[in-house]
Amino acid sequence: MTKEKPDRRDPDKPRPWPKLLARPTVPMPRPGAVRQAQPIATGTEWTLGTLERFDKAIAAHAGRMGLDTYPIQYEMITASQMLDLCSTVGMPVHYSHWSFGKLLLSQEHGYRKGMTGLAYEIVINTNPSIAYLMETNTLALQVLVMAHAGYGHNAFFKSNYLFRQFTQADAILDYLQFARGFVQECEEQYGWREVEAVLDCCHALAAYGVDRYRRPQRLSVKRERARLNDRLKFAEKHYNPDFAHLHMRERDEPGAPAADVFDPQENLLYFIEKHAPKLPPWQRELVRIVRKVSQYFYPQRLTKVANEGAATFWHYTLLNELYDSGEVDDGFMLEWLANHGDVVAQPAFDSPNFHGLNPYALGFSIYRDIRRICEEPTDEDRQWFPNLAGSRWQEAIAFAMTNFKDDSLIEQYLSPKVMRDMRLFLMHDSEEDREHYTVRAIHNEAGYTRVRQALAAQYRSEAHIPTLVVARASDDAERALLLQHRVENGRMLDAKSAESILGFVKQLWVFDVVLEEVDSDGTRLKIHRT
Amino acid sequence: MAQTPGDSGGSGSGPILAGLLRIVDRRSDPPGRGAINRERFIRRFKDEIKRAADEEFGKRSIKDVGRGGRISIPGRGLAEPRLVHDDDSGSHDFVLPGNRDFLPGDSIDRPRKDGGQGDGDEPGSGEGRDSFAFALSREEFLALFFDDLELPNLERTRFGEMSMQRMRRGGYSREGLPANLLPGMTVRMGIARRIALRGALAERIAELEAECAGCNGPRRDALIEEIERLRKRRGSLPFLEDVDRRYRSRVPTAAPSTRAVMLCLMDVSGSMDERKKDLAKRFFALLYLFLERKYGHVDVVFVRHTETAEEVDEQRFFHDPQTGGTLVHPALELAYHIIQGRFAGPDWNVYLAQASDGDCTVEDGHRSAAFIAQELLPLLRYFAYIDIPSSSGWFNRASDLWQSYDALQSPAFARRAVHDRNDIWPVFRELFARKQAA
Repeated sequence: MTKEKPDRRDPDKPRPWPKLLARPTVPMPRPGAVRQAQPIATGTEWTLGTLERFDKAIAAHAGRMGLDTYPIQYEMITASQMLDLCSTVGMPVHYSHWSFGKLLLSQEHGYRKGMTGLAYEIVINTNPSIAYLMETNTLALQVLVMAHAGYGHNAFFKSNYLFRQFTQADAILDYLQFARGFVQECEEQYGWREVEAVLDCCHALAAYGVDRYRRPQRLSVKRERARLNDRLKFAEKHYNPDFAHLHMRERDEPGAPAADVFDPQENLLYFIEKHAPKLPPWQRELVRIVRKVSQYFYPQRLTKVANEGAATFWHYTLLNELYDSGEVDDGFMLEWLANHGDVVAQPAFDSPNFHGLNPYALGFSIYRDIRRICEEPTDEDRQWFPNLAGSRWQEAIAFAMTNFKDDSLIEQYLSPKVMRDMRLFLMHDSEEDREHYTVRAIHNEAGYTRVRQALAAQYRSEAHIPTLVVARASDDAERALLLQHRVENGRMLDAKSAESILGFVKQLWVFDVVLEEVDSDGTRLKIHRT
Repeated sequence: MAQTPGDSGGSGSGPILAGLLRIVDRRSDPPGRGAINRERFIRRFKDEIKRAADEEFGKRSIKDVGRGGRISIPGRGLAEPRLVHDDDSGSHDFVLPGNRDFLPGDSIDRPRKDGGQGDGDEPGSGEGRDSFAFALSREEFLALFFDDLELPNLERTRFGEMSMQRMRRGGYSREGLPANLLPGMTVRMGIARRIALRGALAERIAELEAECAGCNGPRRDALIEEIERLRKRRGSLPFLEDVDRRYRSRVPTAAPSTRAVMLCLMDVSGSMDERKKDLAKRFFALLYLFLERKYGHVDVVFVRHTETAEEVDEQRFFHDPQTGGTLVHPALELAYHIIQGRFAGPDWNVYLAQASDGDCTVEDGHRSAAFIAQELLPLLRYFAYIDIPSSSGWFNRASDLWQSYDALQSPAFARRAVHDRNDIWPVFRELFARKQAA
């Protein structure tokens, strides 16, 4: 951020904000807690045995608080293995692609130069859940990671409605195995350049390869194989690119959609897979693979704050429990707290370290505040959260973890206290004035609701990923594909990015692709062509 | 936390304690996927990476060239495009943390688009955003260079036959140098010896005692004395004896020759300007890398000459200016003596690369060619001559030395002319291109 000089400010308004208060606190065991005489282990060294004992202790506390998780499997890995994992978005099996290599190289470079740290942990939404621990971590960090990933994330994966609906935790690794095999076969058969070109296209469109409202079919490797075989066999017999469209029409015959009653489709990759006129079957299969993987990660994109917040809340809670019961010592406490502090730090908007809102900080504050409201409600809380105040916090937290994604969680639970603590304020960038931002609302009685709604809106996926629908695919000789972007608040598409994306769509669709931007009345504002 | 006593139903009743917990140690797993994706990346951007590596090349010392290391390629082709909003259109709201003293209605300057944002991560590099930096390993670096090159045929046929004695670890021995002593092994042998001796002595004593019980008189006295002596001996077995000592043993084994030396000969007379030296350096660097890749370790000898020849270090070889006329023959002679003195014998693979602008007298040229043919070539695996004619070259004819070398006809001799930087690599490839077996 460049320095923003306050200029057109009303000097007469009173500005009563004191400096932000930071109150360092020293951890103290809960008064009256029954403490064990000896901590489970001290110092920074760990063995698999100690970790296992810690896990038992954490599990006991988690069970007592009613945390419901998949069984956990921890895997101890080295730093370079962690780098490998990070490069394939955390999945231990994945098809190979240069973009993963790019990620790997840049991370490795950053890590070697000491510019970036490594992720402490990766946890995979599978059943049993797999959490990776890095061997270079100290005892306190290992236990922190176990509580965070093995219990926090794990419980979130198991309970949250999105993950329950959209991902099949037990099938993803098998499917990726299948995908890897298939991509490899294609490379052998059709050459890596071809395969890479198709995958590049699909990756660019991956965000438009998800069903946002429909529950996807269960992944099953066996069924995928069978389907693939059928498809390839059929293609072998009948495929002739010049006549492909005839088959297509035949299949679509019952209720063949005339151009004017075409249902807009939001899943672009699905549409391409099923209807692209000239795509050979193996390329359709590649499209399908990217689509399925994208679908699997879709809930993760929607629950960054909720997921990280829950995991952070739970590691904080569980480790404090360990401390209260005397299972860990003061040194242990101070070490992980220092780390925790770094993770949930939220630099102010004008700090050089500011890179947007920290999902850990926001999520952690929200969940912590839910617990506070349950346990020690103030009058304000009673007014804002009448149902929450004074109820059992375990149930309130479980409910919040189960039924919300980022935007709804914020809309429902972002409390005035959190807004005050984080000093959230709402800025407006208007079309009329491109030189300035205006402050619309701050953390006061008049502003709470507006800030909260705006922040929730900011976490809807439309805020980052422009919407795109397949508006029409004509069946005539031109076979053009019409994509539509609905413009809201006058936000148009970046011309350059639209152009490159269209290029990718065209590569798969082969015939003309047009992207139009329409406003809410359906008036066409702009047209991009390939 | 205070008001929440434990859940009813007791702790640990959940599925999490059902004994499914496992900590699996994967640290020793072979590395896998990372390497594949890495290779994919390099394969895809081979051209860019090669170009970047080429630039890196010029900056390094000859021995460091092959070390691998940081490469940075333009980021343009690397981007994975996504569809994004145009930030200059429409209006939008956004929430920021850390309000200091803003009130509703305040307005502040919109940050300039060109004004940085990109700082922080890559200090000091203005184009940090546009370029992608990463580290290549040495192997990857060299693999890029020597994609399809091979040592000349000649060498390959001899390579297999060539063998030398090499000392290898081979078990233990009772004699050896103190430096090779194995203390642990030695003490263990001592323990074994003491156990064995003690057992044998104990048996003998038991035997004698049995005998002693059945007799008397002087025989009995003698037996008692003997038992006493044995007991004493058993009590004072030495901790270590000479026979306990064990040494690492080394046995000679035959191994293919892997030692290589490369002699760089360069004309540094007044006519060799910086440009020509740079070309020569590039060629030498390539050769060095290539040989090192094949052999593991390569000695490099630098010989420069004007009218006289001398052996120098790398720094002086490339950067110390000299003036004077040119005589090639002395340099070849010096090379010959160096080879005879230090690198003689079948276990050395000797390569000689000569770079010159080709100015020499006719007589010198002929003498040199004859010397190479008769004396040098038998000692060498390969003789590569690089001719760097003056760029002005308005008499468009082959240089004197080039003409003299016309007389050389040997598969171990090759020569090429290099005019500018772009020639180096093709020429090098030509010289070492994998020859199709006839």
